[in-house]
Amino acid sequence: MDNPIIMNKYSIERTLGNEIKPYNYDEFVKNFKINIISRSDNDLEFDLVGIDVAVANSLRRVIISEVPSMAIEKVHIYQNTSYILDEILAHRLGLIPLKADPRQFKMKEDENSEPNEHDSLVYEMKIKCTKKDLDALAHKQFISFPVYAKHIKWLPLGNQKDIFTEKDVGIISDDILIAKLRPGQEIELKMFAVKGIPKDHAKFQSVCTAWYRMMPNIKLLDEIKGNDAVLLQSCFPKGVIGLKSVKGVLIAFVEDSRKDNSSRNVFRYKQFDNKILLSKIQDHFIFTIESVGAMDPSLIFLEALNILTRKVNSASESALNQTEI
Amino acid sequence: MITEAETPDDAPKKALIYIFCGACQAENEMKPKDPIRCRECGYRIMYKKRTKRLVVFNAR
Repeated sequence: MDNPIIMNKYSIERTLGNEIKPYNYDEFVKNFKINIISRSDNDLEFDLVGIDVAVANSLRRVIISEVPSMAIEKVHIYQNTSYILDEILAHRLGLIPLKADPRQFKMKEDENSEPNEHDSLVYEMKIKCTKKDLDALAHKQFISFPVYAKHIKWLPLGNQKDIFTEKDVGIISDDILIAKLRPGQEIELKMFAVKGIPKDHAKFQSVCTAWYRMMPNIKLLDEIKGNDAVLLQSCFPKGVIGLKSVKGVLIAFVEDSRKDNSSRNVFRYKQFDNKILLSKIQDHFIFTIESVGAMDPSLIFLEALNILTRKVNSASESALNQTEI
Repeated sequence: MITEAETPDDAPKKALIYIFCGACQAENEMKPKDPIRCRECGYRIMYKKRTKRLVVFNAR
Protein backbone atom coordinates (compact mmCIF):
# COMPACT_ATOMS: atom_id res chain seq x y z
CA MET A 1 0.00 0.00 0.00
CA ASP A 2 1.27 3.46 -0.81
CA ASN A 3 0.26 5.08 2.48
CA PRO A 4 2.78 4.17 5.12
CA ILE A 5 2.48 5.26 8.73
CA ILE A 6 5.17 7.86 9.26
CA MET A 7 6.91 8.07 12.60
CA ASN A 8 7.96 11.55 13.66
CA LYS A 9 9.90 12.57 16.72
CA TYR A 10 6.88 12.93 18.99
CA SER A 11 3.96 11.77 16.88
CA ILE A 12 2.74 9.20 14.44
CA GLU A 13 1.27 10.35 11.17
CA ARG A 14 -1.44 8.12 9.86
CA THR A 15 -2.18 8.71 6.24
CA LEU A 16 -5.68 7.57 5.51
CA GLY A 17 -6.71 6.31 2.16
CA ASN A 18 -6.50 2.59 2.43
CA GLU A 19 -9.75 2.39 4.38
CA ILE A 20 -11.70 4.14 1.65
CA LYS A 21 -10.53 1.82 -1.07
CA PRO A 22 -13.25 -0.74 -1.81
CA TYR A 23 -12.44 -4.40 -1.37
CA ASN A 24 -11.54 -6.12 -4.57
CA TYR A 25 -11.20 -9.90 -4.58
CA ASP A 26 -9.00 -10.20 -7.67
CA GLU A 27 -6.66 -7.53 -6.41
CA PHE A 28 -6.46 -9.22 -3.03
CA VAL A 29 -5.57 -12.58 -4.57
CA LYS A 30 -2.94 -10.88 -6.72
CA ASN A 31 -1.30 -9.01 -3.85
CA PHE A 32 -1.67 -11.39 -0.93
CA LYS A 33 1.45 -13.22 0.14
CA ILE A 34 2.60 -15.34 3.07
CA ASN A 35 6.34 -15.74 3.55
CA ILE A 36 7.59 -18.03 6.27
CA ILE A 37 10.63 -16.40 7.85
CA SER A 38 11.63 -18.84 10.54
CA ARG A 39 10.18 -22.03 11.82
CA SER A 40 10.96 -24.43 14.64
CA ASP A 41 8.98 -26.96 16.68
CA ASN A 42 7.21 -24.35 18.76
CA ASP A 43 7.85 -21.03 17.06
CA LEU A 44 6.73 -19.69 13.73
CA GLU A 45 7.44 -16.29 12.24
CA PHE A 46 5.86 -15.34 8.96
CA ASP A 47 4.94 -12.30 6.90
CA LEU A 48 1.36 -11.52 5.94
CA VAL A 49 1.51 -9.12 3.02
CA GLY A 50 -1.42 -7.37 1.40
CA ILE A 51 -4.02 -7.86 4.11
CA ASP A 52 -6.16 -5.47 6.11
CA VAL A 53 -5.28 -4.66 9.73
CA ALA A 54 -8.73 -5.81 10.79
CA VAL A 55 -8.12 -9.30 9.42
CA ALA A 56 -4.63 -9.55 10.88
CA ASN A 57 -5.89 -8.46 14.27
CA SER A 58 -8.88 -10.79 14.26
CA LEU A 59 -6.55 -13.65 13.41
CA ARG A 60 -4.38 -12.73 16.36
CA ARG A 61 -7.38 -12.52 18.64
CA VAL A 62 -8.80 -15.82 17.45
CA ILE A 63 -5.45 -17.53 18.00
CA ILE A 64 -5.24 -16.17 21.53
CA SER A 65 -8.81 -16.73 22.66
CA GLU A 66 -10.64 -19.24 20.47
CA VAL A 67 -8.32 -22.04 19.37
CA PRO A 68 -9.20 -25.01 21.60
CA SER A 69 -6.83 -27.21 23.54
CA MET A 70 -6.92 -29.86 26.26
CA ALA A 71 -6.47 -29.09 29.96
CA ILE A 72 -7.23 -30.66 33.30
CA GLU A 73 -10.67 -29.55 34.42
CA LYS A 74 -11.75 -31.77 37.34
CA VAL A 75 -9.54 -33.12 40.09
CA HIS A 76 -10.69 -35.91 42.38
CA ILE A 77 -8.60 -35.69 45.52
CA TYR A 78 -8.53 -38.87 47.59
CA GLN A 79 -5.68 -37.95 49.86
CA ASN A 80 -3.62 -34.83 50.25
CA THR A 81 -1.60 -34.39 53.40
CA SER A 82 0.93 -32.10 51.76
CA TYR A 83 1.32 -28.45 52.73
CA ILE A 84 -0.41 -27.35 49.54
CA LEU A 85 -4.14 -26.85 50.00
CA ASP A 86 -6.55 -28.94 47.95
CA GLU A 87 -7.96 -26.10 45.87
CA ILE A 88 -4.55 -24.59 45.16
CA LEU A 89 -3.19 -27.99 44.18
CA ALA A 90 -6.18 -28.47 41.85
CA HIS A 91 -5.58 -25.06 40.32
CA ARG A 92 -1.89 -25.81 39.77
CA LEU A 93 -2.75 -29.10 38.10
CA GLY A 94 -5.20 -27.33 35.80
CA LEU A 95 -2.47 -25.08 34.46
CA ILE A 96 -0.18 -27.95 33.43
CA PRO A 97 0.06 -28.06 29.62
CA LEU A 98 -0.79 -31.38 28.00
CA LYS A 99 0.63 -32.89 24.81
CA ALA A 100 -2.74 -34.20 23.62
CA ASP A 101 -3.83 -32.98 20.19
CA PRO A 102 -7.21 -31.25 20.71
CA ARG A 103 -8.37 -32.08 17.17
CA GLN A 104 -8.69 -35.72 18.16
CA PHE A 105 -11.20 -34.93 20.88
CA LYS A 106 -14.70 -33.57 21.05
CA MET A 107 -15.96 -30.73 23.17
CA LYS A 108 -17.73 -32.07 26.24
CA GLU A 109 -21.39 -31.27 25.73
CA ASP A 110 -22.65 -31.70 29.26
CA GLU A 111 -20.26 -30.68 31.98
CA ASN A 112 -21.56 -33.28 34.42
CA SER A 113 -21.72 -36.26 32.09
CA GLU A 114 -19.47 -39.28 32.61
CA PRO A 115 -16.08 -38.87 30.91
CA ASN A 116 -15.73 -41.02 27.81
CA GLU A 117 -12.96 -41.85 25.38
CA HIS A 118 -13.99 -39.18 22.86
CA ASP A 119 -13.95 -36.15 25.11
CA SER A 120 -11.77 -36.84 28.13
CA LEU A 121 -8.36 -37.90 29.29
CA VAL A 122 -7.75 -39.32 32.72
CA TYR A 123 -4.55 -39.02 34.69
CA GLU A 124 -3.56 -40.31 38.06
CA MET A 125 -0.98 -39.31 40.61
CA LYS A 126 -0.16 -41.39 43.66
CA ILE A 127 2.88 -40.36 45.58
CA LYS A 128 4.07 -40.69 49.13
CA CYS A 129 7.26 -39.36 50.59
CA THR A 130 9.15 -41.67 52.93
CA LYS A 131 12.23 -41.04 55.01
CA LYS A 132 14.16 -43.09 52.46
CA ASP A 133 13.27 -40.73 49.63
CA LEU A 134 14.63 -37.81 51.55
CA ASP A 135 17.83 -39.62 52.53
CA ALA A 136 18.43 -40.45 48.89
CA LEU A 137 18.05 -36.82 47.98
CA ALA A 138 19.88 -35.46 51.02
CA HIS A 139 23.23 -35.07 49.33
CA LYS A 140 21.58 -32.79 46.78
CA GLN A 141 20.54 -30.49 49.62
CA PHE A 142 16.84 -31.05 49.16
CA ILE A 143 14.93 -30.53 52.33
CA SER A 144 11.72 -31.83 50.83
CA PHE A 145 10.78 -34.33 48.19
CA PRO A 146 9.74 -32.60 44.96
CA VAL A 147 6.74 -33.91 43.05
CA TYR A 148 7.20 -33.40 39.33
CA ALA A 149 4.91 -33.79 36.34
CA LYS A 150 6.68 -37.06 35.57
CA HIS A 151 4.90 -38.60 38.55
CA ILE A 152 1.59 -38.15 36.76
CA LYS A 153 0.41 -41.29 34.98
CA TRP A 154 -2.06 -41.44 32.13
CA LEU A 155 -4.96 -43.88 32.49
CA PRO A 156 -6.42 -44.88 29.10
CA LEU A 157 -10.21 -44.69 28.84
CA GLY A 158 -12.07 -47.18 26.65
CA ASN A 159 -10.22 -47.74 23.38
CA GLN A 160 -7.77 -44.89 23.95
CA LYS A 161 -5.10 -47.49 24.62
CA ASP A 162 -5.10 -48.47 20.93
CA ILE A 163 -5.10 -44.93 19.60
CA PHE A 164 -2.67 -43.07 21.84
CA THR A 165 0.50 -43.71 23.73
CA GLU A 166 1.64 -41.96 26.88
CA LYS A 167 3.95 -39.91 24.63
CA ASP A 168 1.00 -38.48 22.63
CA VAL A 169 -1.18 -37.42 25.52
CA GLY A 170 1.18 -37.02 28.47
CA ILE A 171 2.43 -33.85 30.12
CA ILE A 172 4.52 -31.58 27.93
CA SER A 173 7.53 -31.50 30.18
CA ASP A 174 8.67 -33.97 32.82
CA ASP A 175 10.10 -31.44 35.23
CA ILE A 176 7.14 -29.22 36.07
CA LEU A 177 7.17 -28.84 39.83
CA ILE A 178 3.76 -29.54 41.36
CA ALA A 179 4.36 -29.79 45.11
CA LYS A 180 6.99 -30.61 47.70
CA LEU A 181 6.49 -33.30 50.33
CA ARG A 182 7.93 -33.93 53.79
CA PRO A 183 8.29 -37.52 55.04
CA GLY A 184 4.94 -39.18 55.66
CA GLN A 185 3.01 -36.80 53.46
CA GLU A 186 1.13 -38.17 50.51
CA ILE A 187 -0.93 -37.10 47.55
CA GLU A 188 -3.38 -39.36 45.77
CA LEU A 189 -5.61 -37.93 43.09
CA LYS A 190 -7.23 -38.44 39.71
CA MET A 191 -7.43 -35.77 37.04
CA PHE A 192 -9.89 -35.38 34.19
CA ALA A 193 -8.83 -33.34 31.17
CA VAL A 194 -11.34 -31.92 28.72
CA LYS A 195 -11.26 -29.78 25.60
CA GLY A 196 -12.00 -26.10 26.02
CA ILE A 197 -11.35 -22.67 24.58
CA PRO A 198 -9.07 -20.06 26.15
CA LYS A 199 -11.92 -17.54 26.31
CA ASP A 200 -13.28 -19.73 29.10
CA HIS A 201 -10.00 -20.14 30.98
CA ALA A 202 -6.35 -19.31 30.20
CA LYS A 203 -5.32 -22.92 30.83
CA PHE A 204 -6.88 -23.88 27.47
CA GLN A 205 -4.52 -21.63 25.56
CA SER A 206 -2.61 -23.37 22.79
CA VAL A 207 -0.19 -20.49 22.28
CA CYS A 208 2.11 -18.86 24.78
CA THR A 209 1.41 -15.76 22.81
CA ALA A 210 0.81 -14.66 19.26
CA TRP A 211 1.48 -11.16 17.99
CA TYR A 212 2.19 -9.12 14.94
CA ARG A 213 4.05 -5.92 14.16
CA MET A 214 4.05 -3.83 11.04
CA MET A 215 7.08 -3.95 8.82
CA PRO A 216 9.34 -0.98 9.60
CA ASN A 217 10.76 0.98 6.69
CA ILE A 218 13.78 3.24 6.94
CA LYS A 219 14.64 5.71 4.22
CA LEU A 220 17.79 7.79 4.21
CA LEU A 221 16.87 11.06 2.53
CA ASP A 222 20.39 12.37 2.48
CA GLU A 223 23.82 10.82 2.33
CA ILE A 224 25.21 10.20 5.80
CA LYS A 225 28.94 9.62 6.00
CA GLY A 226 31.93 9.55 8.28
CA ASN A 227 31.39 9.65 12.03
CA ASP A 228 27.71 10.40 11.53
CA ALA A 229 27.32 7.10 9.72
CA VAL A 230 28.82 5.24 12.67
CA LEU A 231 26.52 7.15 15.02
CA LEU A 232 23.53 6.32 12.84
CA GLN A 233 24.45 2.65 12.95
CA SER A 234 24.55 2.78 16.75
CA CYS A 235 21.03 4.27 16.86
CA PHE A 236 19.50 1.06 15.48
CA PRO A 237 19.71 -2.59 16.50
CA LYS A 238 22.53 -4.65 15.02
CA GLY A 239 22.25 -5.28 11.32
CA VAL A 240 19.75 -2.55 10.45
CA ILE A 241 22.24 -0.01 9.10
CA GLY A 242 25.27 -1.12 7.15
CA LEU A 243 28.42 0.84 6.34
CA LYS A 244 30.25 0.79 3.06
CA SER A 245 33.49 2.46 2.25
CA VAL A 246 33.53 4.61 -0.86
CA LYS A 247 36.93 6.12 -1.61
CA GLY A 248 37.92 5.85 2.02
CA VAL A 249 34.74 7.50 3.39
CA LEU A 250 32.19 5.46 5.29
CA ILE A 251 28.68 5.79 3.92
CA ALA A 252 25.60 4.46 5.72
CA PHE A 253 22.96 2.42 3.92
CA VAL A 254 19.89 0.50 5.07
CA GLU A 255 20.83 -3.14 5.33
CA ASP A 256 17.76 -4.79 6.84
CA SER A 257 14.93 -2.65 8.15
CA ARG A 258 13.04 -5.70 9.45
CA LYS A 259 15.38 -5.89 12.43
CA ASP A 260 14.47 -2.35 13.52
CA ASN A 261 12.43 -2.18 16.70
CA SER A 262 11.13 1.34 15.99
CA SER A 263 12.79 2.91 19.01
CA ARG A 264 13.12 6.22 17.13
CA ASN A 265 16.49 6.72 18.74
CA VAL A 266 17.80 8.66 15.72
CA PHE A 267 15.58 11.63 16.48
CA ARG A 268 17.71 12.46 19.52
CA TYR A 269 20.50 13.79 17.31
CA LYS A 270 20.25 17.16 15.56
CA GLN A 271 22.51 16.15 12.70
CA PHE A 272 19.92 13.64 11.45
CA ASP A 273 17.08 16.18 11.28
CA ASN A 274 15.18 15.81 8.01
CA LYS A 275 17.64 13.23 6.79
CA ILE A 276 15.77 10.11 7.81
CA LEU A 277 12.22 8.94 7.21
CA LEU A 278 10.98 6.22 9.54
CA SER A 279 7.71 4.59 8.60
CA LYS A 280 5.66 1.44 8.89
CA ILE A 281 4.26 -0.41 5.93
CA GLN A 282 0.53 -0.64 6.60
CA ASP A 283 -0.26 -3.94 4.97
CA HIS A 284 2.84 -5.92 5.82
CA PHE A 285 2.53 -7.80 9.09
CA ILE A 286 5.28 -9.75 10.78
CA PHE A 287 3.30 -12.40 12.61
CA THR A 288 4.79 -14.55 15.34
CA ILE A 289 3.13 -17.56 16.92
CA GLU A 290 4.63 -19.33 19.91
CA SER A 291 2.98 -22.66 20.56
CA VAL A 292 2.80 -24.19 24.02
CA GLY A 293 3.71 -27.51 22.45
CA ALA A 294 0.52 -29.50 21.91
CA MET A 295 0.06 -28.32 18.33
CA ASP A 296 2.42 -27.17 15.62
CA PRO A 297 2.21 -23.35 15.31
CA SER A 298 1.29 -23.61 11.63
CA LEU A 299 -1.65 -25.87 12.55
CA ILE A 300 -2.75 -23.36 15.16
CA PHE A 301 -2.81 -20.71 12.44
CA LEU A 302 -4.84 -22.94 10.12
CA GLU A 303 -7.25 -23.73 12.95
CA ALA A 304 -7.64 -19.99 13.61
CA LEU A 305 -8.42 -19.44 9.92
CA ASN A 306 -11.11 -22.12 10.06
CA ILE A 307 -12.66 -20.59 13.17
CA LEU A 308 -12.61 -17.13 11.61
CA THR A 309 -14.21 -18.44 8.41
CA ARG A 310 -16.93 -20.13 10.43
CA LYS A 311 -17.59 -16.89 12.31
CA VAL A 312 -17.79 -14.86 9.10
CA ASN A 313 -20.12 -17.41 7.54
CA SER A 314 -22.49 -17.43 10.49
CA ALA A 315 -22.44 -13.62 10.59
CA SER A 316 -23.31 -13.32 6.89
CA GLU A 317 -25.97 -15.99 7.29
CA SER A 318 -27.66 -14.16 10.12
CA ALA A 319 -27.40 -10.91 8.16
CA LEU A 320 -29.18 -12.55 5.21
CA ASN A 321 -31.88 -13.90 7.49
CA GLN A 322 -32.40 -10.42 8.91
CA THR A 323 -33.18 -8.90 5.52
CA GLU A 324 -35.72 -11.62 4.75
CA ILE A 325 -37.75 -10.63 7.79
CA MET B 1 -13.53 -34.28 59.47
CA ILE B 2 -15.78 -37.04 60.77
CA THR B 3 -17.54 -38.96 58.08
CA GLU B 4 -20.36 -41.42 58.44
CA ALA B 5 -18.07 -44.41 58.50
CA GLU B 6 -16.49 -43.22 61.72
CA THR B 7 -19.53 -42.57 63.88
CA PRO B 8 -19.20 -44.04 67.41
CA ASP B 9 -21.46 -47.01 66.49
CA ASP B 10 -19.07 -48.19 63.84
CA ALA B 11 -15.97 -47.56 65.91
CA PRO B 12 -15.58 -51.05 67.45
CA LYS B 13 -15.75 -52.71 64.02
CA LYS B 14 -13.10 -50.43 62.57
CA ALA B 15 -10.71 -50.43 65.47
CA LEU B 16 -7.56 -49.33 63.72
CA ILE B 17 -7.10 -45.65 63.29
CA TYR B 18 -4.11 -44.26 61.49
CA ILE B 19 -2.54 -41.54 63.49
CA PHE B 20 0.74 -39.77 62.98
CA CYS B 21 3.10 -38.49 65.55
CA GLY B 22 3.58 -34.79 66.13
CA ALA B 23 7.32 -35.15 66.60
CA CYS B 24 8.56 -37.72 64.09
CA GLN B 25 5.62 -37.94 61.62
CA ALA B 26 5.63 -41.75 61.95
CA GLU B 27 2.30 -43.42 61.28
CA ASN B 28 0.87 -45.39 64.19
CA GLU B 29 -1.99 -47.83 64.22
CA MET B 30 -4.10 -47.41 67.32
CA LYS B 31 -6.92 -49.24 69.01
CA PRO B 32 -9.53 -47.32 71.02
CA LYS B 33 -8.04 -48.04 74.44
CA ASP B 34 -4.38 -47.81 73.54
CA PRO B 35 -2.29 -45.21 75.35
CA ILE B 36 -1.78 -42.12 73.22
CA ARG B 37 1.91 -42.49 72.59
CA CYS B 38 4.08 -42.80 69.50
CA ARG B 39 5.64 -46.21 69.05
CA GLU B 40 8.69 -44.80 67.35
CA CYS B 41 9.71 -41.97 69.63
CA GLY B 42 7.36 -41.93 72.63
CA TYR B 43 6.00 -38.48 71.90
CA ARG B 44 2.54 -37.90 73.35
CA ILE B 45 1.00 -35.48 70.90
CA MET B 46 -0.66 -37.37 68.08
CA TYR B 47 -2.68 -36.25 65.10
CA LYS B 48 -5.38 -38.08 63.22
CA LYS B 49 -4.70 -38.60 59.57
CA ARG B 50 -7.00 -37.19 56.95
CA THR B 51 -9.55 -39.75 55.79
CA LYS B 52 -9.47 -41.07 52.25
CA ARG B 53 -12.74 -39.41 51.41
CA LEU B 54 -13.19 -38.20 47.84
CA VAL B 55 -13.32 -34.44 47.34
CA VAL B 56 -13.85 -33.03 43.85
CA PHE B 57 -12.35 -29.72 42.79
CA ASN B 58 -12.56 -27.64 39.67
CA ALA B 59 -9.09 -26.99 38.34
CA ARG B 60 -9.59 -23.27 37.79
